[in-house]
Amino acid sequence: MSANDTEKLAHMANQIAAFFAVYGEEEAAAGVAEHINRFWSRPMRAAFVAAGGEQTDLAPAAARALANIKT
Amino acid sequence: MLIEEADFGTPIRVSETRVTLHIDGESVSVPAGTSVMAAAMQLGTKIPKLCATDSLEPFGSCRLCLIEIEGRRGTPASCTTLAEAGMVVRTQTDRLAKLRKGVMELYISDHPLDCLTCAANGDCELQDMAGAVGLRQVRYETGDNHFDAAHATPKDRSNPYFDYDPSKCIVCNRCVRACEEVQGTFALTITAKGFDSRVSAGGTDFLSSECVSCGACVQACPTATLIEKSVVAHGQPDHSKVTTCAYCGVGCSFKAEMQGDRLVRMLPLKAGKANEGHSCVKGRFAWGYATHKDRIVKPMIRSKTTDPWREVSWGEAIAYAAAEFKRIQAAYGRDSVGAITSSRCTNEEVFLVQKLVRAAFGNNNVDTCARVCHSPTGYGLSKTFGTSAGTQDFKSVEQADVIIVIGANPTDGHPVFASRLKKRLRQGARLIVADPRAIDLVKTPHVRASHHLQLKPGTNVALVNALAHVIVTEGLVDEAFVRQRCDLREFEVWARFIADERHSPEASEVHTGVPAAEVRAAARLFATGGNGAIYYGLGVTEHSQGSTMVMGLANLAMATGNVGRPGVGVNPLRGQNNVQGSCDMGSFPHEFSGYRHVSDDATRNMFETLWGVDLSPEQGLRIPNMLDAAVGGAFKGLYVQGEDIAQSDPDTIHVTAGLAAMECVVIQDLFLNETAKYAHVFLPGASFLEKDGTFTNAERRINRVRQVMSPLAGKQEWAVTQELANALGYAMSYADPAEIMDEIAALTPTFAGVSYAKLDERGSIQWPCNDKAPNGTPTMHVDRFVRGLGKFMLTEYQPTDERANVRFPLILTTGRILSQYNVGAQTRRTENTVWHPEDVLEIHPFDAELRGIRTGDLVAVASRKGEVSLKAEVSERMQPGVVYTTFHHALSGVNVVTTENSDWATNCPEYKVTAVEVRPTNHLGRWQERFQLEDALRKRVVEAAE
Repeated sequence: MSANDTEKLAHMANQIAAFFAVYGEEEAAAGVAEHINRFWSRPMRAAFVAAGGEQTDLAPAAARALANIKT
Repeated sequence: MLIEEADFGTPIRVSETRVTLHIDGESVSVPAGTSVMAAAMQLGTKIPKLCATDSLEPFGSCRLCLIEIEGRRGTPASCTTLAEAGMVVRTQTDRLAKLRKGVMELYISDHPLDCLTCAANGDCELQDMAGAVGLRQVRYETGDNHFDAAHATPKDRSNPYFDYDPSKCIVCNRCVRACEEVQGTFALTITAKGFDSRVSAGGTDFLSSECVSCGACVQACPTATLIEKSVVAHGQPDHSKVTTCAYCGVGCSFKAEMQGDRLVRMLPLKAGKANEGHSCVKGRFAWGYATHKDRIVKPMIRSKTTDPWREVSWGEAIAYAAAEFKRIQAAYGRDSVGAITSSRCTNEEVFLVQKLVRAAFGNNNVDTCARVCHSPTGYGLSKTFGTSAGTQDFKSVEQADVIIVIGANPTDGHPVFASRLKKRLRQGARLIVADPRAIDLVKTPHVRASHHLQLKPGTNVALVNALAHVIVTEGLVDEAFVRQRCDLREFEVWARFIADERHSPEASEVHTGVPAAEVRAAARLFATGGNGAIYYGLGVTEHSQGSTMVMGLANLAMATGNVGRPGVGVNPLRGQNNVQGSCDMGSFPHEFSGYRHVSDDATRNMFETLWGVDLSPEQGLRIPNMLDAAVGGAFKGLYVQGEDIAQSDPDTIHVTAGLAAMECVVIQDLFLNETAKYAHVFLPGASFLEKDGTFTNAERRINRVRQVMSPLAGKQEWAVTQELANALGYAMSYADPAEIMDEIAALTPTFAGVSYAKLDERGSIQWPCNDKAPNGTPTMHVDRFVRGLGKFMLTEYQPTDERANVRFPLILTTGRILSQYNVGAQTRRTENTVWHPEDVLEIHPFDAELRGIRTGDLVAVASRKGEVSLKAEVSERMQPGVVYTTFHHALSGVNVVTTENSDWATNCPEYKVTAVEVRPTNHLGRWQERFQLEDALRKRVVEAAE
């Protein structure tokens, strides 16, 4: 995965987090993880998780979701 | 044999009260409100008539349908006389015969007697009536007040599909009434008086008039006054089959009327539940593409996309494609290939392609073009209601009292439904339009929207939240419905959320641009005006918050109790003919047919058992993910069924870069489309006239598609997919599409009761169709939602990332128009181009003047992504700051300009919001210039030696 790709995945994760943000951080993190686990392919999930710590601009719910994303 | 539908003369009425009367000595019982003419027809008694037909209200002008009624004086018209209990009617007496003969004599005295050379010969009601009344002579001389061939008004041949011959007009008004009552356009009238009176398209020729060429007038005409050019050219058809239109998601039923293997005309089927005998210019007339010279009817391959195509045998093409997919998977891994299914293809064809991907490719990399249109509908309605489909049938609109049309332009995109909608509006239903443009429905003859919420593109969610805010804070919630049918805890959380001041119309106005008072009034009307129905289109889904907006609409419907009965509901207007079906059939990478996730062990085991193969529990790639992976080097092979992603998908440069990076692209299509320029294998497709199958329309109605002519390429598409699967090493052996449907029914609970036998018996079926609903389900969620309790979702408004600024101060939004369809592959190859020869940019007079732009000027449209040039059309339909165009022509390259932004939940592209600048120019954009240079080069074909 290129830097562009991981940037795109982070952006997508942030969009998902923005939808769930209104549910509160805990529920939002669970919502983000569930959504990504359900709709993203395994290589996309793996790339997103692999880039995890480096993605400084991740929304809080997306960052918290990282731990619960299946790879 | 030609399929004939009985004409009862006046509309069939519905009433619980029945009346019994006696006609010519026989007793008949009919619903109250039925005319004597229709009652007689129930006995098989055809009372002579000319101005009456059962698609129109009775008119009583021709004086041919006279009857005698015991105890009454005179000879009333049977079309305008209602059946009454105990009425004794005689339809044939000497007095009536004499009167009718006299009337017919007058008609014929003013009509050319060229029956033998008339195009309507054999299909002319005037001719039939002359025979029925026994007319044997005409005593009147020609000239003066009677027909005079030497001075007859010339024919109007301006319309590309039908001719108008004024000399044959009998002034029955059927065409005028059809235009008003059925189509709702009011383009026709009767001009002049007495013997000079004739039909007129508003004092001009048909092509220049407001006529939308729906064909209702031609169908209603009892003579050759208005007649299809195809009938003039070829004569009367001799046999027909019922089939389904291959254009929009309305899914109209037609009789394909044939001479041998030649289609002579398409006539809308009265018994068709989606269209009830009506049609639009596309379905009725624009079918010439099916036999257009551009059709590719021989398989072709090439090793490099810069090579010319080489015609080969079916066997060689399929073997080559299979070998390439195997080579790629061996070299790059199992997940390096995938497929895209098409909403233009049948359920059976789509089901087979997704099966090929899952069973033969061994992954779940299958997606469908619904990704770029209605995928948010699937997500949003699943979350809130529990299933991915609209809630109603089209007939439901007849009981709606307040109708919201948002992000849809039905008079252009779904014209036959629009006619049903307008009819209801003329009866008094109220209309709320939410659209950045002043679409036709805002103000059209005898229809005026109560509210036009002219919002800024990208602010749908702010608007729907504001509407809901008013309903909650002003105590307009249907509490009984919510308490009984919805998850109360979720509702309470939602109600607190939506009641917050930030969602008020006043606070939202800064985002939407819609005056708060207008929003408040619209919300009150929707909540209190009776049955409230919501109809929406891609103006809702094709946004970065498309899924959120669908949920917002579902919230609105639940809060007002507008779900679960006729007249209400949330109704997505699907763009293409089989969007609903292609989604139902398991085209998405995460789910099997019937919307069941691939990770669900029980479901997967069922498929594995029947298909005899292990299936992946991992969801695959969506279309944008496939293209990203291709650019990244991990995705190398794609099978594209009947789609043109190089023209239809956003950010063309990225799409074509992805396609160019692949090692094997297989296209199955009617034409060498834009995507085929990047392909290595071309498998010729079959038009809807050449195959059997089913389409599922926007109301979940499964309609039969029936083969009426031989496939030009020799094979139906499902058979080609089957051969490809076999060549890949996965055995398929279906004998026909009916067997495929049987497998769909066996694996899909909502289709469990569907079979070709049942479809043939009932005409059509709306899913779910199973043990609980053996005859299908016109209205969903009647007693409970599919998910149990309806779920309110929180829908915070998030502005899109795409913002206008000083460099790109305008917002471009895209859509389609009446005469063209999607990427134009079909309609551009018909006479419809007379109405829309090229895509144009609509711009508000203020924005145009500021830039020195006039209608017809070439203008450059530049976004952060690219630049193309289009002709401008200055239009007050636009609001300042917003421009609009269509994407029907490849050279326009509109998607060079659109962005990669997409819906947060589904990746549905945000076609509706692109920040642009527009300026006058004198040349095409760079991409367009390259397109012109490369177009022919990339489509070169080397014909096989005979």
